[in-house]
Amino acid sequence: MRRALRWLMAVCVVAATSTAAFAADLRPLVQALGSGGYSGTEKALAQLSEAGDPAAVPAIEALQAGDLYVRKADGTVVVARKAGDAFTLTDPLTRAALGEAPAGAVEKIRINNSLRRAISASLGALTLMSPDAGVRRSAADAVFKSRDASALETLSAAIAKEQDKGVRAAMEQARAAILLTGEAASKMTDADIQSATDTLTARGDRDALVLLNMVAGSGASDVTKKLAAAAVSTLEQKLAFWAALQNLWYGLSLGSVLLLAAIGLAVTFGVMGVINMAHGEMVMIGAYTTFLVQEFFRAHAPGLFDLSILVALPAAFLVSGGVGIVIERSVIRWLYGRPLETLLATWGLSLALQQAVRSIFGPTNREVGAPSWMSGAFELGGLTITYGRLWIVVFAFAVFAALLVALKRTWFGLSIRAVTQNRPMANAMGIRTARVDALTFGLGSGIAGLAGVALSQIDNVSPNLGQGYILDSFMVVVFGGVGNLWGTLVGALTLGTMNKFLEPYAGAVLGKILVLIFIILFIQRRPRGLFALKGRAVEA
Amino acid sequence: MRTKQLTSSFGIGALAGLAMGAMASFAMPAQAADDTIKVGILHSLSGTMAISETTLKDVMLMLIDEQNKKGGLLGKKLEPVVVDPASNWPLFAEKARELISKDKVSAVFGCWTSVSRKSVLPVFEELNNILFYPVQYEGEESSRNVFYTGAAPNQQAIPAVDYLMQKEKVQRWVLAGTDYVYPRTTNKILEAYLKGKGVKPEDIMINYTPFGHSDWQSIVADIKKFGSAGKKTAVVSTINGDANVPFYKELGNQGVKAQDIPVVAFSVGEEELAGIDTKPLLGHLAAWNYFQSVETPANAEFIKEWKAYTKNDKRVTNDPMEAHYIGFNMWVKAVEAAGTTEPDKVIDAMVGVSVPNLTGGYSAMLPNHHITKPVLIGEVQENGQFDVVSKTSGLVPGDEWSDFLPDSKDLIADWRKPMSCGNFNVKTGKCGGKGS
Repeated sequence: MRRALRWLMAVCVVAATSTAAFAADLRPLVQALGSGGYSGTEKALAQLSEAGDPAAVPAIEALQAGDLYVRKADGTVVVARKAGDAFTLTDPLTRAALGEAPAGAVEKIRINNSLRRAISASLGALTLMSPDAGVRRSAADAVFKSRDASALETLSAAIAKEQDKGVRAAMEQARAAILLTGEAASKMTDADIQSATDTLTARGDRDALVLLNMVAGSGASDVTKKLAAAAVSTLEQKLAFWAALQNLWYGLSLGSVLLLAAIGLAVTFGVMGVINMAHGEMVMIGAYTTFLVQEFFRAHAPGLFDLSILVALPAAFLVSGGVGIVIERSVIRWLYGRPLETLLATWGLSLALQQAVRSIFGPTNREVGAPSWMSGAFELGGLTITYGRLWIVVFAFAVFAALLVALKRTWFGLSIRAVTQNRPMANAMGIRTARVDALTFGLGSGIAGLAGVALSQIDNVSPNLGQGYILDSFMVVVFGGVGNLWGTLVGALTLGTMNKFLEPYAGAVLGKILVLIFIILFIQRRPRGLFALKGRAVEA
Repeated sequence: MRTKQLTSSFGIGALAGLAMGAMASFAMPAQAADDTIKVGILHSLSGTMAISETTLKDVMLMLIDEQNKKGGLLGKKLEPVVVDPASNWPLFAEKARELISKDKVSAVFGCWTSVSRKSVLPVFEELNNILFYPVQYEGEESSRNVFYTGAAPNQQAIPAVDYLMQKEKVQRWVLAGTDYVYPRTTNKILEAYLKGKGVKPEDIMINYTPFGHSDWQSIVADIKKFGSAGKKTAVVSTINGDANVPFYKELGNQGVKAQDIPVVAFSVGEEELAGIDTKPLLGHLAAWNYFQSVETPANAEFIKEWKAYTKNDKRVTNDPMEAHYIGFNMWVKAVEAAGTTEPDKVIDAMVGVSVPNLTGGYSAMLPNHHITKPVLIGEVQENGQFDVVSKTSGLVPGDEWSDFLPDSKDLIADWRKPMSCGNFNVKTGKCGGKGS
């Protein structure tokens, strides 16, 4: 068997070197994928890609997706896809249907990280000539990563044929990567090396930096090393600039999370003056509502899953707001004007709510999925921006704007302000203050619920979710100035950015401590926060 | 002024929380009866650690239930006594004292975090009882009254690093952890080990984050930056508990793939992955002594029983559960051998006891109160399970005093008579030294 393989390998090498169009019989190679464990699969894969026949692509793709199985009865390698309890089998090369098999009759060909790397490398090399520009593009990227010298010939042919500018640039970068790191480097002229490093510098991302660093630290010739080192420093300067911008984005993103968590508190604590320790639990309830809505979608309308978050928003607002109103009517309204009792009562409530959720949903994390429009990232210049974070930033500002409008432009907002500024007078003017109190608390809690929907995307959905945000929320509100929404906005963004700029230098732990010290000092100087309320409202 | 009021009130609030936690545990009264053997279960059922520890309480109840179906122990029924230390470290010590003095339990199975173990340790030594500790930990400890059924660093961290070094050719290391004793000690050991292997100091980056850290953007960006120096880079994660979910989500979002920068974790198991979409995490690694995906008849049986006991088909099993399985069976065997549940006799009978583990072998209790275990490395799969990619050929004996730290490399523990010492210094030939 081994001799036969070796013979086959020889044939393949000959085939690949003499003419790529010659299609070796791939059957035994595909068959070999299924034996010998990881190393056996890897060896067979290497031979498959050396054979250079794109006909092998479906088989390799199936291997990558984990769909390639060995039929236990006769040891045939097949593509198997789950259909109900059984598998439908197809031939990996001809795609002919091979009937069905029960789950126990086939065994998966397992892959590990090094195989995954090899798979993307060989898929890259085999699909360079694909008619689809997108496939060629990802093939070029895969070759760039693998730097597989055997792909050089195909790559050169592909570059000569390539019409698409972007794809050609990617292919040239891949070629430069192979040339600089491979054995060919020693035979290159200085001008060639120069143009290769230039190509990589033009690429300008971290992957290029990795490569150039590798070349600079390798055993290449002195000229190559010097050129690579020069390119590294140019690239590092450029990346440092983007890194600073990236940090600013992280600060903005953390700030918007803080804003979301704190803005509900700015209503209950800032406007009403209620120290609500159960605020974090309102956030948690919002997150669990998201989970329930998603479960409903998973069960009844899996196709509309992407919309689940949009449905969860009003649901979370109503549920958390409803719980808030119940809390206000049953507990808090008896405690107005007694901050210490309010604090203890709401703290107890927060523990009770946590334990209630723990009893209902269990102590473990619940999975809240990200809709497709919230997963992944995109590049903006040298910035990597994740869609999830981007939407949270947008959402935080939208909530802030909506709340501002609600307070300043609606009759409900007017009554809230009237009641907080002068309760007896508002009462005398015919405003039902008790009702306004309940609705205000409900509003604050409902906004916390909205925050829960957003936080479910980036944090654990567990009973402890709220605890992580309660301290930060109070910090933001106190720092920004109690009773002032703009203060909350500026406070959240300042603290977020400050945190992110300290983190790279001081570490996450010390960074947090420094921020806390800063706030303590700041409050000593300005006890009423950044934007202190002035006038008669303060005395009330 | 307002802040001052706030901070003082926070203290009162914490007291109130403590009181509530204490009240919760009174809900499970122990029924006194002389014809039963009582077994204490000391796991948090509320608070931050409930997420991990509740499962261990359930698995203990299941094991006790099964033992009773088999006829109990020494002709008596076993009776579980469950208390809730509420993720509150001082409360762990109080509850341990209550279990031993008031409920008169014969042995206690419990604790998760190292700080909770350190908190109960003096109680067990003073009242001379037995604790089975089921979680992987930092080592540097051996007590006569504690049996460590989780992994010591040489049964988890060192083999994982070896795997990355040999199979993935990793040359640059990020040691990322939560800021407390387990990650700090483990990273100290790993740092010494890596340097001993010729890794340069500039190729090691150490990063600590607070408990429950949720904004990983800049740290993941830092890791990417560190990984772009042209050498193969890996992350060794001792990040604990809740912080893992946002960490892995950020890794997925920023496109850090296992093929480029693999992350090997020591605190992430099946239970932790249950809350994440694992598709972007395909191929990231974890090192444990047990995975649910291990295919042995014993494991299949255990998983079946667990699902039947919890009446939930989706419940997963994990490494600390196996540690309790091993520890409980060892205790049963030792009690049978000693013919009594008296702690002194059971402790002497424990050393040398060997029971089947769930990965197809036998684990034995060593004289240093640690056990022998196989070390498995698994890669995360799309279904939230691990695929074992490497397994040590034999069993690895637990080493309590790390050979890679200058303070502890000369120490050994041997609780057999006549030595009976947890920190014997082989250089000076005396019992005592660090940790005495």
